[in-house]
Amino acid sequence: MIVRIATEGQYELGDDDVAELNELDNEAVAACEAGDEPRFRATYEKLLGLVRERGRSLEEDELEGSDVILPPPDVSMAEARSGFSEEGLIPG
Amino acid sequence: MPGLSGRMSTVIKSKISKLLDRAEDPAETLDYSYQKQIELLQNVKKGIADVVTSKKRLQLQEEKLKQQVVKLDTQARQALAAGNEDLARTALERKNVVQTELQSLDTQIAQLEQQQDQMTASEAKLRTKLEQFRSKKEVIKAQYSAAEAQVRISEAATGVGEEMADVGLAMQRALDKTENMKARADAVQELEAAGTFEDLTQIGEGEDDIDRQLKQLSSTSEVDSELEKIKAELGSGSSAPAGQLGAGSGGQSSGAGQGGATQEQAP
Repeated sequence: MIVRIATEGQYELGDDDVAELNELDNEAVAACEAGDEPRFRATYEKLLGLVRERGRSLEEDELEGSDVILPPPDVSMAEARSGFSEEGLIPG
Repeated sequence: MPGLSGRMSTVIKSKISKLLDRAEDPAETLDYSYQKQIELLQNVKKGIADVVTSKKRLQLQEEKLKQQVVKLDTQARQALAAGNEDLARTALERKNVVQTELQSLDTQIAQLEQQQDQMTASEAKLRTKLEQFRSKKEVIKAQYSAAEAQVRISEAATGVGEEMADVGLAMQRALDKTENMKARADAVQELEAAGTFEDLTQIGEGEDDIDRQLKQLSSTSEVDSELEKIKAELGSGSSAPAGQLGAGSGGQSSGAGQGGATQEQAP
């Protein structure tokens, strides 16, 4: 499965890793909903670490769509909560 | 997939499909995507230029604040040398404020530096993807039937559309941060213009209590420092530290006078 960390790049992950990713993702959402910023940050860092360490970084000339797109590494909890509904991802 | 990544994926994908819906014919999709990419590449370049401009502006401000620190430090030394401890304390308090501001400027400049690097890398990456997209387009045209070509082109366009959306997002975040820094820099500049740092209790034009009191002191202290200097030059070892201090403050006071009207007597 191809995972993109927004503003960073794409990685290819195996199925086992995806299951783990999914768990961390749910944990991050739970922390988010509980308004627990430190837990959110810690979980999200862990999640990003998993993708970076276990994933294969896609080459610059590989042109693939991602199955999953993760929020940018510097995402704030407020942003994560709002679900990135703001306009402007694609300028113009 | 639910959760953060699910939401993020949905948002970006809906943006891409909106983009692709505008062109139904495969060839048109290609042209449209390609055109959008070229546009975006221009935007990225402009974004980088904006970041560089902001950085330069902050660096200029940093320079000004550093001068303030030197000036306030000199004033404090002069005041202390003249035995006015209260005045020296006030000058040092202001110096503290300016130094705190300097530290945060430092952090911001470092952040901008990082943003600039990141955007430059993004630009290079997008350029590579664009090349890839262009060559893939030719392969698809040559090897596939019209119906299949449509599918393949959509795939390629999705891949490139996603990269586009991503660079767009990175750029937007960089510019948002830059905007925040600009706003802060403006605020600091306003404070500076209002004399918060330099002229806390401003009376008259650009002249504050420290400046005025120092002006009164400056003649005597200059004489004193001259004396100390001469003493030091004559080599009476006992007053060496005082001589150093005097020489320093004497030199600085003429510098500060040029910048801050310290030497002008009111007409």
